[in-house]
Amino acid sequence: MALEAKNIYFRYGRKQPWILEDCTLKIDRGERLAVSAPSGYGKTTLALLLAGYLKPEKGEILLDDKPLPAKGICPVQLIYQHPEKAVNPRWRLKRVLEESGKLREDVLDAFGIERAWLDRFPRELSGGELQRFCVARALMSGADYLICDEISTMLDVITQAQIWNVVLEEADKRNMGIIAVTHNKHLAERIATRMIDLSE
Amino acid sequence: MRNLNRRTQVVILTAFMTIILIAVFSFGLLIPDDAVVGSFLSAKQPPSLAHPFGTDALGRDLFLRTLKGMAVSMTVGTAASMISAVIAVFVGIAAATGSKCVDALINWFIDVVMGVPHTILVILISFALGRGLKGLLVGIAATHWCSLARLIRGEVLQLRSQQYVAVSRKLGKSGGWILVHHLLPHLVPQFVVGLILLFPHAILHEASVSFLGFGLPPEQPAIGIILSESMRYIQTGMWWSAVLPGLTLVLIVLLVDKLGDNLRMIMDPYSAQD
Amino acid sequence: MKQKDETILEIHDLSVSFRMYDHGLEQTDLQVISDLYLTVYPGEIVAVAGSSGSGKSLLASAILGILPGNATVHGHLHYKGQELTQERQEQLRGTDIALVPQSVAFLDPLMKVGAQADGHRKPLPTDKRKSIFKRLGLPDKTEQLYPFQLSGGMARRALVSTALLTDAKLVIADEPTPGMSLEQALEALRMFREMADDGKAVILITHDLDLAFEFTDRVAVFYAGTTVETALASDFKKGPDALRHPYSQALWRALPQNGFQPVCGFQPYAGALPKGCLYAPRCPYKTAQCMDAVPPVREIRGGEVRCYYGA
Repeated sequence: MALEAKNIYFRYGRKQPWILEDCTLKIDRGERLAVSAPSGYGKTTLALLLAGYLKPEKGEILLDDKPLPAKGICPVQLIYQHPEKAVNPRWRLKRVLEESGKLREDVLDAFGIERAWLDRFPRELSGGELQRFCVARALMSGADYLICDEISTMLDVITQAQIWNVVLEEADKRNMGIIAVTHNKHLAERIATRMIDLSE
Repeated sequence: MRNLNRRTQVVILTAFMTIILIAVFSFGLLIPDDAVVGSFLSAKQPPSLAHPFGTDALGRDLFLRTLKGMAVSMTVGTAASMISAVIAVFVGIAAATGSKCVDALINWFIDVVMGVPHTILVILISFALGRGLKGLLVGIAATHWCSLARLIRGEVLQLRSQQYVAVSRKLGKSGGWILVHHLLPHLVPQFVVGLILLFPHAILHEASVSFLGFGLPPEQPAIGIILSESMRYIQTGMWWSAVLPGLTLVLIVLLVDKLGDNLRMIMDPYSAQD
Repeated sequence: MKQKDETILEIHDLSVSFRMYDHGLEQTDLQVISDLYLTVYPGEIVAVAGSSGSGKSLLASAILGILPGNATVHGHLHYKGQELTQERQEQLRGTDIALVPQSVAFLDPLMKVGAQADGHRKPLPTDKRKSIFKRLGLPDKTEQLYPFQLSGGMARRALVSTALLTDAKLVIADEPTPGMSLEQALEALRMFREMADDGKAVILITHDLDLAFEFTDRVAVFYAGTTVETALASDFKKGPDALRHPYSQALWRALPQNGFQPVCGFQPYAGALPKGCLYAPRCPYKTAQCMDAVPPVREIRGGEVRCYYGA
């Protein structure tokens, strides 16, 4: 039971330099990995590759020794840094959540999402509140792995603590694997069971 | 009007314009044929209270004839721009979601259609289909979709690269589902505004092709026909027979153009808040 | 402590509201900044910290006079003792008051970065700019690149360099460090520190609370568009007992290194602000008085707090 990147190579276009070269990485269920690196080391690219949003040029991404499924709800879900871009601006938030399959009241309660917000449009909520919806959507989809790309970088520390506490609790309960891309050393130490630095 | 906010002013203005356009159109349709029967007793009269636009060489009332002509032109314009807009949506989406090859082919085709002057193309198509209403409609509809199709292609390409579309895919939604639920609703304002802004082009092309004698038959009182007939008499001093129907055409076209701009302001969620 | 009478920037009772379309054709005024205060002295860096939506970036726009047309500003804004009118703001911005914008989108996409940083100054400050680029860790070839060729962190550093090049007396840096590595962020902050030591003043808008109290003199904590506390940066290092407002204490406790404790509830919305203290709905110490009227600003232990009970 593991998500792994096997010797992957990636670049944006044939004439561009390699962003990732011969990168290998493995994470088991129940493990929480913090990935850090200076800007330009391909942290976001790695997150996109692991979640199947991009295809590696060489090498493969394996989930339990099989490639990621091409159809259906993907068991590896990615959460972006900017929640306002990750929700359809014309959808009410109830619809945003329901896209993941079904509404889970316990997740809503854990995030303290007020029911009145479900009828609002994304532009009526702040970034911190929208990010709760994005994380809730990923959790409700029943994912086994969460890839969190700087999900709390744009948020204040109280909201950051709120969101991560829920994620960690849910991850424990469901034995999820978590890859958190972050530049915050203290945050990494707090949430991760293992840390890697891409620049090393 | 002063103490109303801008959005309210725009909405009132837009409603007012719509009413004028509908009034011209329905009044023109309701005028019976025998209201514009000529009589030589009243031929070549300049504008007066009885005949606001004067009469033509056959003694027909030009005001009623212009209104009737406008109604015909507006019918052609509406139908043609609707067909054109629908074509644009299909072509635009096909280009944006199809393979690279399809996209290149469509773009090449758009370039070709846009490269030939519209008037010539409309005349050719209308001629090939045996002139008359049908030929004209097809001719105009087949030539006016290009710029809107390009706009929609760009919009769809931009929407498809949005993060929420990528998320949707990973939540197991199919391409068709995403098209219907994520992409199409965003295209509605583009479509409506594009449709309305196509109308002035369509109606002007209809008028010019009819004026040149390649469009509607002479017995149909279209604006182009009226203008082309009046050309024969303009040297005899009958200025009103060309100027007044022509002005009406220009006014209606400007009105629709402004209406499209206003609608864009209302429908754009990011329009100014002041 | 600096002399109180020579402030470079003094703001009190500032409020900013926006006229917005609500439903359909109705317009309402949304108050996004209310009763805000901030004082900046020459030679210091003041951090402005607080959650997103607490009015941090709007404050920068209000100081520079670049708010959109549907905004209304009330209150006192003074630069070097003189009132900041729209006219004066237009004179001062770019020369006396410089901004490090929050978004990389503020760079001209069609202009090479080097020329863009040099600007229209005469003579061109090319040598100074080269040394600043070097200190910020931007490679030599950066000046020949266009903004789209820069990574997020590089673009941020280019933005910071534009402000470092000016002779501005007051620099407002709006979230300058995200995307930079720790070393680069520290270097940028060190350069701000040097500017401040030269007698200039820096307002550092940030939510990197731990960086803020390492490099600044004072920290102003914003919540829901108002200042709830200004504290010495050293108070934040000492811990929650040295802080005066329950919200600042909550921020401290929520840091990953200090407990990672969340607080229930949410920052109230413009348009639905509570009548009394803006933090009251989430405050564990609230009383009837807090719900009833906005508490006045009080000076306690060299800092200021907007709370009835802060001690």
